[in-house]
Amino acid sequence: MCRLAPEAIARLERLGVPFSRIKASQSDANQNPSPFTLHPSLKCIAQRRMGGASAPRACYAQDYTGLKILHTLYDHAWHSGVTFLNEHLLLALEPHRAYFWDIRQGKVVAVNAKAIVLATGGFGAIYHGHTTNLYGATGDGLAAAYRAGATLSDPEFVQFHPTGLYSSNILISESARGEGGYLVNEAGERFTDELAPRDEVARAIFAQMQAGGKVYLDLRHLGKEKLEALLPQEMALARLHEGVDPTEALLPIKPVVHYTMGGIETTLKAEVKGCEGLFAAGECANMHIHGANRLGGNSLLEIVVFGEIAGKAAAAYAKEYDNSVPISDRAEALTQRIRKICDRKGGENLYTLRRELGDLLYEKAGIIRSADGLKAAQIKLNDLKEKLQAIDLGDSSLQNNQALVEYLEFENALLLAELLIDAALKRQESRGAHYREDFPETNDLFAYHIEAKQGGADGNA
Amino acid sequence: MVTLKIERNGTIEHFEVSEGQTLLSALYEIKEKYDTTLTFAAGCRASVCGTCAVRVNDKEVLACAHKVCDGDVVAPLRFHPLLRDLKVDKSQALQTLQRSEAVLHHYGEAVLAPKDAHKTERQSDCILCDSCYSACPVLAVDEAFLGPFALTRAYRYAIDPRESDNRSIIDAIQQKGVWDCTLCGECTAVCPKGIDPKSDILQLRTLSAQAGYSDPNFAAQSFGTPDFGGGFGFDPNGGF
Repeated sequence: MCRLAPEAIARLERLGVPFSRIKASQSDANQNPSPFTLHPSLKCIAQRRMGGASAPRACYAQDYTGLKILHTLYDHAWHSGVTFLNEHLLLALEPHRAYFWDIRQGKVVAVNAKAIVLATGGFGAIYHGHTTNLYGATGDGLAAAYRAGATLSDPEFVQFHPTGLYSSNILISESARGEGGYLVNEAGERFTDELAPRDEVARAIFAQMQAGGKVYLDLRHLGKEKLEALLPQEMALARLHEGVDPTEALLPIKPVVHYTMGGIETTLKAEVKGCEGLFAAGECANMHIHGANRLGGNSLLEIVVFGEIAGKAAAAYAKEYDNSVPISDRAEALTQRIRKICDRKGGENLYTLRRELGDLLYEKAGIIRSADGLKAAQIKLNDLKEKLQAIDLGDSSLQNNQALVEYLEFENALLLAELLIDAALKRQESRGAHYREDFPETNDLFAYHIEAKQGGADGNA
Repeated sequence: MVTLKIERNGTIEHFEVSEGQTLLSALYEIKEKYDTTLTFAAGCRASVCGTCAVRVNDKEVLACAHKVCDGDVVAPLRFHPLLRDLKVDKSQALQTLQRSEAVLHHYGEAVLAPKDAHKTERQSDCILCDSCYSACPVLAVDEAFLGPFALTRAYRYAIDPRESDNRSIIDAIQQKGVWDCTLCGECTAVCPKGIDPKSDILQLRTLSAQAGYSDPNFAAQSFGTPDFGGGFGFDPNGGF
């Protein structure tokens, strides 16, 4: 990935990504000594030092690098005539075919394909109410791949960002602490080194919360002028979402789920192990790039590098593949299942259960874990799985049924929660983002990946 | 508690929700407590995905960035086919991205300076929430108009020093494009990212003129004869 990084950046540059720049006069003096010979058009791209890095390496586009890469690629996709099937939720995968729920039309759609690439993102949103992820990041691609025979690995490695806003989980950037902000408890005392690695800071904050206290980001001593100049986004977010003006008051925060390191086991050519013609890239895949704790900047690099590898591998595979597509048709069965969910009467509320799952994972399978807590979580999870069968959607419409979509996402969330808790229980050590208070040290007997495969016994690799 | 008035397929329904929250979290409160059929679009909750734009009291906002106020009237975006309640179909509006040729066409190696990046910093913050499209009065009378966000994107690529030939962009924005805008500034007023499509459109007019195009509306008006070429239609000796 690192070797391919300069070419990946060069490709984004050729596509028109609006990277931030440095002056040409600085480009030789300030940049890292690089083993690569770079054209001056690349040398002028600004680089920033991310947490855990020893030098400024991450190319960026203001504070919206991912957004700007995404939209530039989107413009190219439109221009190249790519067909988008918007509002199609992945239901199931089989060799050379994917089934979707067409949310607008309210029907199951089967799409045949010589090769399929999954780029469906992570599953941080199973921690509903405790994550920076979007609502839909429930691991739908992982769940479909798992049900189709793929192996999922490392689900217990979940990265927490130390400072999300307390009630809305909106991310307050690390720069707030970088500029000199303090973390304080209810007594107004500092309790940790604010600039320690993310997992350490998150644990220190969570320990305060477990003891019944609230934790705040204190920025007041930096002064209004400095705050408005250096952290304008953060100031606006705090006022809007938390109703707090950080120039005058303490800002309530908590650690929130930011990234899931685990995913679908793939080769370095992005092939999903055990599934013909299926490829995966990005947060949904696990290429063992991030280990037990991802470094800042590496997820964007991963999607750019392995997105290309996956695309090319899928194209090469499709060219070679000349067998006909399968004749089995599960569309009718999938439709029947969805009809039943829509028509079902029962006493449970989807949105209440979704919140309960999020709270359960955050408290028992989050930043600080233990055998007792995880076993309690397993019991409660089984309870939630039973209640799932009694959810009354209160909306029997097939077209544009938002509650149905959120129900199907919740099913996937329950599956991933189960795999996560099982793996966290098995890993009787602490490593990276996975911390067991009953096994606080790293133990190299556990220097392997915990894998899960449907039907088969969970394996170690 | 505050009362929200939500437009649902032509009728207004009233809901009591807790105060001090964003409109998006209030919509979920309604869904959980009163009516799971209430339909809206939502994603990131942090004003970066552009999914949740609606109209509150006749002004476009992101639901995730609007604090609920008592009596707020919530309605779906205009000029988009309505799917259900507050959810609209954006596919038609998004096709303007293709029609406007808003993409880097011919990459030419260029060493960019910080000031070059700065020129399109705002324009490239666009999250395709479609607020500007819904606010644009031209679309009320001409649904073929390219609209503000596509033109802002066209401008972003047209002035990129790495674009060695922006002709196809400039050509694409003449019909139903830069000259059809009334420069009313409604788009600029509603953009949640502080983008100024109105200014971008003015700049595109300048680029168009430099490329040999002229304002067809202006040409169509009569300022006296004769026309001194280029279709400009303005005779400085016309004596009006």
